[in-house]
Amino acid sequence: MRQRADDGPALLFEGVSRSFRTGGRVIRALDTVSASVERGALTGLLGPDGAGKTTLLRLAAGLLKPDRGRISVLGIDAVKEPARVQEQISYMPQNFGLYEDLSVRENLDLYADLKGLATAERQARFGELLNMTGLGSFTGRLAGRLSGGMKQKLGLACALLRTPALLFLDEPTVGVDPLSRRELWQLIDHLTGAQGVSVLFSTAYLDEAERCDAVLLLHEGRLLASGDPKSFAARMDGRSFLASGAGETRRRAVEKLSRLAGVIDARLEGGHIRLVTREKRAPPLPPELAGTELFRTQPRFEDSFVALLRAASPEGGPTPAFSAGAPRAAARGAEEIVVRHVSRLFGSFRAVDAVSFSVRRGEIFGLLGANGAGKTTMFRMLCGLIPANSGELRVAGYDLRRAAADARAQIGYMAQKFSLYGDLSVRENLRFFASAYRLFGARRRERMAWALESFDLAPLAETAAKDLSLGHKRRLQLASALMHEPQILFLDEPTSGVDPLARRAFWRQIGALAEEGVTILVTTHFMEEAEYCDRVVIMAEGRILAEGTPATLKARVESPENPEPTMEEAFVGLLEAAAREARAA
Amino acid sequence: MRREALRRLLGLLRKEFLQIGRDSSALAIAFLLPSILLLLFGYGVSLDAKAVPIALVAEHPDPIAASFMGKFAHSPYFRPQRFLTLESAQKAFAAGRVEGIVLLRSDFGRKVFRGGARIGVIVNGVDANTARLVEGYVQNVAANWLEARARSEGLPSPSLIRADVRVWFNPALASRNYLVPGLMAINMTLTGALLTALVVAREWERGTMEALMATPVRMREILFTKLFPYYVLGMGGMAVSWAMAVWLFGVPFKGSLFVLFATTSLFLLATLVMGLLISSIARNQFLAAQIAIVVTFLPAFILSGFIFDLGSMPAAIRLITYLFAARYFVAILQTIFLAGDIWSVILPNAAALLAMSVLLLAAARFLARKRLD
Repeated sequence: MRQRADDGPALLFEGVSRSFRTGGRVIRALDTVSASVERGALTGLLGPDGAGKTTLLRLAAGLLKPDRGRISVLGIDAVKEPARVQEQISYMPQNFGLYEDLSVRENLDLYADLKGLATAERQARFGELLNMTGLGSFTGRLAGRLSGGMKQKLGLACALLRTPALLFLDEPTVGVDPLSRRELWQLIDHLTGAQGVSVLFSTAYLDEAERCDAVLLLHEGRLLASGDPKSFAARMDGRSFLASGAGETRRRAVEKLSRLAGVIDARLEGGHIRLVTREKRAPPLPPELAGTELFRTQPRFEDSFVALLRAASPEGGPTPAFSAGAPRAAARGAEEIVVRHVSRLFGSFRAVDAVSFSVRRGEIFGLLGANGAGKTTMFRMLCGLIPANSGELRVAGYDLRRAAADARAQIGYMAQKFSLYGDLSVRENLRFFASAYRLFGARRRERMAWALESFDLAPLAETAAKDLSLGHKRRLQLASALMHEPQILFLDEPTSGVDPLARRAFWRQIGALAEEGVTILVTTHFMEEAEYCDRVVIMAEGRILAEGTPATLKARVESPENPEPTMEEAFVGLLEAAAREARAA
Repeated sequence: MRREALRRLLGLLRKEFLQIGRDSSALAIAFLLPSILLLLFGYGVSLDAKAVPIALVAEHPDPIAASFMGKFAHSPYFRPQRFLTLESAQKAFAAGRVEGIVLLRSDFGRKVFRGGARIGVIVNGVDANTARLVEGYVQNVAANWLEARARSEGLPSPSLIRADVRVWFNPALASRNYLVPGLMAINMTLTGALLTALVVAREWERGTMEALMATPVRMREILFTKLFPYYVLGMGGMAVSWAMAVWLFGVPFKGSLFVLFATTSLFLLATLVMGLLISSIARNQFLAAQIAIVVTFLPAFILSGFIFDLGSMPAAIRLITYLFAARYFVAILQTIFLAGDIWSVILPNAAALLAMSVLLLAAARFLARKRLD
């Protein structure tokens, strides 16, 4: 049966509003949003954390009723006939909607039953999907035992059991490594291209916007802009610049450039610094940046995104870089973290296998790798939370086997998960963590005042931690980890899920800390963030695959076709090369 | 369309049973916890006083006092210990070695047949229940002894009225015989309300409910596939409880299995739907468990007549007990086990359970719209 409205848009929102009530407060998740998604197109739904992306997708899938407005999905009124909508669409929620205690095959069976896939078609369809997702040899494995990337592919396979006319994906690539992300996009390109499926997905990765046919940009429940991503970039014509040749460290140059009048964004990109200006002219350079050369460049989607966000939230301007307390007396360059031939086994599984590296004082050192590469295990050993089976681990001069407690006193640790007390206010959390590090009296007051001011948390001091935005939560976590002025800072995926503006502010704070001599070890999924590191190692299957500065790693995958690879391309290229070698061996 | 609905139902049912089979905590709540509670109550808890340690003190130990005290040694209710002085008995009492003191004054032997003989009885009021039982038993022992004594001496019986008491339904007066059937109702609330509330809340927590709702599945199908597997599980738990009650604890079973099956089904339905209702309000497991315990498990324990007699409750509290399904089911269970299929008890209680199930089911159907808000 063909829809009469076949020519209309796949999804149409007209003046849709939706609020939620939590604890006496009313939150406007969506505020008079009108938008449309074209048929057969790949449409990206972008916006910072809390912008209303998930609410929009749930409304479209008929899972929520709007307070006001009309929603039409494939020509069906989603408010009046959600059941008919649900027969035509597929929806993958944020954590993929899988039953973790069921196997891959059992999950597929369940969703095939729910979507009414006939038994006769089933074998062929399962084979096709398993083949496409590479899950063929894992059909008996429980979904809970799959890696993040495999879960995501299984979630997608379940959503595609019956090729839907319209597919909704809520943050399909969050917490998934670059290799898996790349494979997912190949699958989705195939869907929109060959099979004519319309896809609407939400994401926090801005580079994913550039592969879309259209984007919807949400901010605080309002539609800030929409259209072809190229048209977004075009609006920025003449406002994007690349700077190079600054005599200083690149991080310090970013810091100085971002403080210039008329500059709304400065970030590391490849060997250069990308500047975005408020107007169509290069900013005048002060004498101390005399050696810097500026030249115009093609604007990217991210430039316009930042410009739009900055315009929408005027207070979101560059936050002042800050001092993390007393300047360090000790010399730079001493080895603060030493890892030699460290191995860790879980049963017979080698989570970390003969890994060696060292980090010098004041360095930002990145630990990159796909899910299950051994990053978290390495981190836990360095924090003295689990012992190594063999090898040497020294942190701040202490041998972790003998003096783990002394070493921990020198470490600030920021966990990937939110590890603060949600019901305590910002101030109470800071006080608690200060006390946990045995700071009392005047010293504690001083550090709390420092944290509130440096991290711009003073206006939120009495807010319960659970009510903060994700970006603010991250800031509070960092502040808590810094209360005792540690020499060494461990950051586990510090920016995952945080919007681009908050991410920039975060990295500037990290940079300022490094400038003061704090040694920083960081894991991240965002490959472009590896650019902020002085050195990185790439881990795979418990081993170190490559080590070096971001520039040298990128140089290793340079080719005539791709003279200027991105960090992500370098990462994927090195992983693929290693996989080829392993197959050849 | 009907084929598709059937396929969805079967798919969901299979999924639910697979999950139950793999989730050791579900099996523990359905089988292990009820068994532990039964063992605990069957063996450990007794509301009867038996072999109570008691101190006997005679100020003037003559043959009459000895004969009186000898009567205690033959009673199954007492384990008497002789003390020479009241002081040493009081010391033992204070130390908790005895639960009561029986004191025979020095003039006991002289006055006992002339009238005016007195015995002192001290009981421990901390455990009021045992104290009252001890008090009654002591009076009983004294009356029996006097009776026997008068008969052997050829004297007229000292008491003019003798109550000829016969206990119906539970002739042994064993508290286990009514605690164990009552406990089965408590066990059913564990599987019915707690487990069901937990598994549905888990689906909300893990985001699988959101994924389910975005498929063509109907809400009534989700409801049914949450009810049926846990009904089966609850019935399984009931079977285990019944077997333990009858074969392990020797509780008499006078009624018919069919009536037990039918009324248990009604009660399970009411508690299962209660569990569903709880989880539609509390969408995380912690809160769901707390609500389930407060609104189903605790009332079943306290307000069902399982331990505390409903008749002796203040009228206001007694009115509240009518709100909880366990009240009706405990009455049915105690009747079926100890008295048999007494329709005048079973029918009104079963009707109340049926009305409750229908009402709750209507509420659950109304509340469980296929929406996330």
